[in-house]
Amino acid sequence: MQQWGFPVDISTTGYRVDRLFWLALWLTGIAFALVVGALTYFLICYRARSDRRAYYTHGDSHGAISLTGGLALLVFLLIDVNLAYHDHAAWQAVWGAPPSAKEALRVEIMPEQFAWNIRYAGPDGVFRTADDVTTINQLHVPINRPVIVQLSSKDVIHSFFLPNLRIKMDAVPGMVTSLYFQAKTSGTYDIACAEHCGFGHYRMRGFLVVESREAFTTWMVGQSKARPPDSSWGWNWGGAA
Amino acid sequence: MEQSQPRSFWRRDVFSTHHKVIAIQYLLTGVMFLAVGGVMALLIRWQLAAPWQPVPIIGKLLFREAGGAITPEAYPMLFTMHGSIMVFFAVTPILLGALGNYTIPLEVGARDMAFPRLNMVSYWFLFLGSASMLASFFVPGGAAGFGWTIYAPLSASTEMLPGWGQDLFILGLALDAVSILMGGINYITTIMQLRAPGLTLRRLPLTLWGLFYSAVLNTLWLPIVASALFMVLCDRRLGTAFFLAGPLAPHAGGQVLLYQHLFWGFGHPEVYILIFPVWGLVGDLLSVFSRKPAFGYKATVLSMLTITILSGIVWGHHMFTSGMNPLVGKAFMFLTITVSVPTAIFFLNWLGTLWRSAIRLTVPMLFTLGVVFVFAIGGLTGLFNALQTFDVYIHDTYFVVGHFHYTLAASVLFGTFAFIYFWFPKIFGRQMSSRLGKLHFWLSFVFLNAVFSVMMFVGLHGHMRRIADATAYEFLKPVQHWNVFIGWAALGLGLSQLLFFFNFLYSLFRGTPAPANPWEAGSLAWTVPSPPPEHNYDAVPRIWCGPHEYGVPGLNNGDWLSQTDPRAKALAKS
Repeated sequence: MQQWGFPVDISTTGYRVDRLFWLALWLTGIAFALVVGALTYFLICYRARSDRRAYYTHGDSHGAISLTGGLALLVFLLIDVNLAYHDHAAWQAVWGAPPSAKEALRVEIMPEQFAWNIRYAGPDGVFRTADDVTTINQLHVPINRPVIVQLSSKDVIHSFFLPNLRIKMDAVPGMVTSLYFQAKTSGTYDIACAEHCGFGHYRMRGFLVVESREAFTTWMVGQSKARPPDSSWGWNWGGAA
Repeated sequence: MEQSQPRSFWRRDVFSTHHKVIAIQYLLTGVMFLAVGGVMALLIRWQLAAPWQPVPIIGKLLFREAGGAITPEAYPMLFTMHGSIMVFFAVTPILLGALGNYTIPLEVGARDMAFPRLNMVSYWFLFLGSASMLASFFVPGGAAGFGWTIYAPLSASTEMLPGWGQDLFILGLALDAVSILMGGINYITTIMQLRAPGLTLRRLPLTLWGLFYSAVLNTLWLPIVASALFMVLCDRRLGTAFFLAGPLAPHAGGQVLLYQHLFWGFGHPEVYILIFPVWGLVGDLLSVFSRKPAFGYKATVLSMLTITILSGIVWGHHMFTSGMNPLVGKAFMFLTITVSVPTAIFFLNWLGTLWRSAIRLTVPMLFTLGVVFVFAIGGLTGLFNALQTFDVYIHDTYFVVGHFHYTLAASVLFGTFAFIYFWFPKIFGRQMSSRLGKLHFWLSFVFLNAVFSVMMFVGLHGHMRRIADATAYEFLKPVQHWNVFIGWAALGLGLSQLLFFFNFLYSLFRGTPAPANPWEAGSLAWTVPSPPPEHNYDAVPRIWCGPHEYGVPGLNNGDWLSQTDPRAKALAKS
């Protein structure tokens, strides 16, 4: 679904991120309008004239302090707490409920300067075996099926960014990070690197291909399985692997 | 008690220990780097608007091997050096070095800073640091290309970026950190120890409070980033592995994220280090030019103290996608958004100052009001970035770039101009042209908002920062024409600054001579002639009231009191 200002959203949860933006825009927009409105009003009404003198006050009376404090408290409750509450709810939906490893497709991604090495477990469902499928820059996923991605990095920090799914996660050498998503619209979309990783950062582009279950299976069968297991791959998937 | 002043050119104007001379050295260094960093910004915008096309006019000079076009290797150097030069060598020298050194002794009624020799050494460390930064452009491999955040392991491994330019960059920043640290110690000591009799803490100009808290943050956090930089240097050249891990360094058990914690531990307070002097200045100038006491002075100072404390415990909001535990992220999110409470008090007090006042729209006042406007945008868009779920999407996009340019570039730049236009008559004894100044303000205001608001818009669309060519991505095709738009607006912003440079140089030599107090300001500095004599004050001044006594009722001539006006004694009693 296309939202004004955003790229097309193809995920089941991306709308939560977009909604959070609109809520924040409304709340901060009102605050901004009030500030600029008051500023403009004061600038028009209180210009220096020979016949008028400013109202002499230091603004340190009990009334002034209560008013300022009260308004600041209002900002805290209406904007801060409100936004934090909605952010928490959105976080639960986007990040807080990973699918079980059984129902999900598991993918390992190990970027290097300046490409995405992508690895599937292959038919046996176990990583670091001879039937693993590896690709470069081509991430195929079946439509409407949860996908869990584990990330690490071969050299420097990269950041795995799926703009059409509103998520990103850094790929950090020496660490394993993860994210999950579910795509609901088929097509080819961009994978971008969001962390500066060297002079080729701008062209570290990959492709996310969302396709039907049948097309995905056909594609997977057609991939070469010739690569030997690489010691840097195959991280602990917990009980799932 | 007449001090003997050095008379030789070298001791008086170059290796001077005198605060006003050092302030001018800082000012000129900072303004020069402002121009250098600005040209780099224009080169960056050219590359994004017209990827890989030869740069007009100066391209042949700067990028000769590539036929005048910016190469993929040169682009990271541009954004790295733009960021670092602007933050550490333009804004810091102007807002801390120049504003601090010039105003602190004058406003507290002292003849110099507490440690004049340390002050001189501080400037020359900045000079050495600048030399190191500039030299890095001319070594094989070119200048640093790891971004101003210097993230390891890109920065920490010579396999990634082998050139000595990277090392010279780190050395330059470290020297600058030492410089700022020495300055900070000097500011704190001078403000606390050298205040004239009667100048209680509640009677300090807000600018000095801003400089004070800024110096406190510097002395607390700069050593941390300086050590982190030193560790990066050790990783690069001495074979350590503080920040190296993974297949690149199979023998090493370093921690990549540790670097980010150390960097942002300083990096977030840095925002307030730069903005506090501006906030203080805004508080003072709003009061001067609305002829009304600063509203809620005590609440304003306490808000600054609150932010000083909060700024040290919010750095994790830069790391929501770093792989840090999301629960820790939630704590950082909540701490971050609570900063909006003291910030709201700031804004309310600024508006309170303007309420029922008598506003004079001078050039410094226009820039001050400009700060209020652009900081409202910068501060409020900070809330978007603080929200963990939304930040994961816009992290490392132009939304962030637009946001921090509103706070750090727009607010700080307008603050810098407010400072220069306001203090120029005192510093140089001449007035700047008001007509040129107003034109400079309005053009800057329009172009600056055009540049930074559209940056946030393309960021919302997912436009990553630090990419040299957005046309490489399908999803960014719809916003590429906005990159062209930003390019034109940035050019307009750059050209408008020529008005300022012309005004500055012309007024320096040909401006109308300024009286001691052209703005009818109440603070101590405006009681001495413009420019002030070398020893500032003939006798130690006696202070009777705060710096914001405007619109005082019942005075028979004028409507305001200088801090040295004995009539204020009666005011305090009544």
